[in-house]
Amino acid sequence: MDKQFDHEWQTPQPDGSTIFRTCAWSPPGDHPVGCGVELYVKDGKLIRVEGDETNPITQGRLCPRCLALKDYTYDPKRIIYPMKRDPEKRGDANAWERITWDEAYDLIKAWVDDIEKKYGREAIVVFGGTGREACMFYYPMAFSVLNTPNLCYAQSGWSCYGPRSSVADYILGAGYPELDTGYFPDRFDNPNYELTKVVVEWGKMPLWSNGDGFFGHSLIDMMKRGTKFIVVDPRVTWLGARKGNMTLQLKPGTDASLALGILNVIINEDLYDHDFVENWCYGFDELAERVNEYPLELVEKQTWVPAEEIRAAARIMATNHPMCIQWGLAIDQNKNGVQAGHAILSIMAITGNIDVPGGLTVGDPAVRLGHWCTDSRQYLSDEMWEKRIGVGKWPAFAATMASTHPDETLETLETGEPYAVKMAWINSSNFLSATCSMQNQRWYKALLPMEHTVATDLFMNPTIEALADLFLPMTTYAEHDGFVIPYYMSNNVWLGCMAKAFSTGETKSDLEICYEVGRRVTPKANWSKYNNVHEWLDEQLDDEPLLPFTFDEFKEMGVYFPPMTYRKYEKGMLRNDGQPGFNTVTGKFELYSVLYDAWGEDPMPYFEEPNYTQVSQPQLAEKYPLMATSGARVSAFFHSEQRQIPRLRALNPDPLVEINPKTAEKYGIEDGDWVQVYNMFGKGNWRAKVTPTIDERTVHCQHGWWFPEEDGSAPNLYGVFKSNFNLLLPHYNVGNLGFGTPAKGIMVNMRKVSSLDDQNESNFKQIPPTLVESHGWIKDAETAREILE
Amino acid sequence: MADYSNYGLLVDYKYCDNCGSCVVGCQEIKDLPAGKSGIQVFEKGPFRKDNDTLDDRWDWDYIPVPTDLCDLCAARLDEGEKPMCVKHCLTFCLDFGPVEELAKKSEKLGEKVAIYKPM
Repeated sequence: MDKQFDHEWQTPQPDGSTIFRTCAWSPPGDHPVGCGVELYVKDGKLIRVEGDETNPITQGRLCPRCLALKDYTYDPKRIIYPMKRDPEKRGDANAWERITWDEAYDLIKAWVDDIEKKYGREAIVVFGGTGREACMFYYPMAFSVLNTPNLCYAQSGWSCYGPRSSVADYILGAGYPELDTGYFPDRFDNPNYELTKVVVEWGKMPLWSNGDGFFGHSLIDMMKRGTKFIVVDPRVTWLGARKGNMTLQLKPGTDASLALGILNVIINEDLYDHDFVENWCYGFDELAERVNEYPLELVEKQTWVPAEEIRAAARIMATNHPMCIQWGLAIDQNKNGVQAGHAILSIMAITGNIDVPGGLTVGDPAVRLGHWCTDSRQYLSDEMWEKRIGVGKWPAFAATMASTHPDETLETLETGEPYAVKMAWINSSNFLSATCSMQNQRWYKALLPMEHTVATDLFMNPTIEALADLFLPMTTYAEHDGFVIPYYMSNNVWLGCMAKAFSTGETKSDLEICYEVGRRVTPKANWSKYNNVHEWLDEQLDDEPLLPFTFDEFKEMGVYFPPMTYRKYEKGMLRNDGQPGFNTVTGKFELYSVLYDAWGEDPMPYFEEPNYTQVSQPQLAEKYPLMATSGARVSAFFHSEQRQIPRLRALNPDPLVEINPKTAEKYGIEDGDWVQVYNMFGKGNWRAKVTPTIDERTVHCQHGWWFPEEDGSAPNLYGVFKSNFNLLLPHYNVGNLGFGTPAKGIMVNMRKVSSLDDQNESNFKQIPPTLVESHGWIKDAETAREILE
Repeated sequence: MADYSNYGLLVDYKYCDNCGSCVVGCQEIKDLPAGKSGIQVFEKGPFRKDNDTLDDRWDWDYIPVPTDLCDLCAARLDEGEKPMCVKHCLTFCLDFGPVEELAKKSEKLGEKVAIYKPM
């Protein structure tokens, strides 16, 4: 084949060092962005990091986290040897002892055999985090290595990526759709590409999040070429504040109403694409009827966005072609998010922007690199697969998610129903910090009684310190071979190669740990058939007719763009039967969802006020008059990572809460003061950043904070419960299909405090039993009173 | 080392989004501790404009400024490489070269451009 790029992946230098070219994924954390990196290695040590100017997407640019890779690799706190600890001493930061990998494998083998004999393999649960390469290996770690059906992403309502992917699957019949930024070797200059005229960032800030593999700063490249942006966000972002761009500053959690209001304008002003609607959409008449329930006066009341701004934005979105909406985490972290996502994709469909140049790319099902995730399920019997925790209750969830239901998992851990869980495997996750699990202290208590807990990571974190008996040290992306797979295989618009440049200590990759543990504890699965992980990597490419190269050849190329075909629905490239159309029940894009109807959900998008707002809980409105949102990303950190790297920590030294100047004045708060934000579920302290870019009625609390410089032993656990937004969020506040959580919008109040440590009462706040019984649901005024007492 | 006394650093600051790559990249190449760097990013605003419109509402920019530690990465220039900050800036808002060339370039860049001469 003709190579798209021809690099040397190793270039010897006159000073005896070697430059290794690679594509970065993780660790250190980021999504599969594959940034091009040149690593200068001398005598087996990394001495310098530079950007790779030949990478067609990143073109030499690097974020501070990659630039500080040397600091991260050689930080004295990094753990580079396996360690064990007596289960009696969980939470004791000084009780770890170094062991060999052979001892670690023997322990794992003994523990798994013991659990299997006593309870069956389903008594093991594998926990994984978000976005890192680890999240593509926790599937095989559970299914084919530990051979349990129970893999758990501990975020309430699986509220990251899962809901959006599922909505795309239900109504578009495809994987995660993404903004087209010219996925060709010559990028924007390719004659088949057309520049997007308007991009809508809906509950998303890709400059910092690089969500799911999208290189966020591609947006700046597009802006320089003339693209305009509409940003839908409770915070005015830098991008939305640029001259020529605009911000719709909505009330947190009201996205579905806003999307229905926009659809109302587009349909009633006849601005939609009649051809696409007539030929490729199902249920337009029902949608046209539904949107009339959302006149802009009502939408303004529900969302706080002025009607004239909604109308202006809707017209811009409908009359500029190509237009594309990037939907973000705010759609997932919302129990009404399935409907918001449905309405947003419907805007894309009726304006004719699906799978067109510069529009929303739809994954080509013929490129499947990454399919090992789901394939690894073949080593579980149907009977075993049926035991997956909580899926019986949530059929729509079970249809698209190959995992347990997270909220049900916590209840199973707490109650032992329908069966007891006895062993946990924490696959690079830190869910006791405010990253995913809600009511994290319940998870902490529920996991303490495990008979055995194993963890993999690069640094000690509060979750592992609190819970684990065995620590397996991991490699960075620079220290192992692998693939960079944007959108985790559901939209392979480009692919990258991670090429190992050097080693540190006795660290291993996710793949190497799967390989070593798998052949020992589950010989019936595939791991025994390979002689090394290289054979496994080559096999992944052997299975791909559209990727005609070996792993070693891929190393030389670095990045590869599979063939890009637009309007695949016209060409019979999306459906299993080869017919034109979409891979849905009706063969069309479903404005009316046949599946929702079958699952007892409203087949059309609708708005539901979030459960914990001043509107839904008028009896609590005075006590908690503000809306808090959380989770906005920053350049220095990937969620809870990198707090121990001094140069990165200096970019954002303290956990921040953004407060409007008028609100701050009312509360007697000045910029830099410590503030306690609290509600009926919990509390935490943040440092005030007073800024007019946030609405007077809203505050934003940073997430993921813990303090590696503090005492690690329990109960302090590196201060993980001092500034932890997820303590303010309920467990199990999900939508009708099992998805969502109110992490982007919940009622709170705040007060000035003297410091991070001024917590007013014990950190370890017990959840009122009535809330536990009601899944964190305040049903009526009486329950509310009970909680407040 | 060649003479770079007529060289400057151009900042197209309508694009700077304060990603921190210039600061950390500089610290890495010069081995400077946290808190010390050859470049620092300042924030102007955010101020809401008078008579604002939906698509022109905020006076809010980040402006990188070289510190006394900046030598424009002279050693890298000698090797034919770019200064660390220029190469790694996520928005490509930085450029370097003889000041008269930078002045010419700035004419085509529209509003909000600064040229520094750190040495």
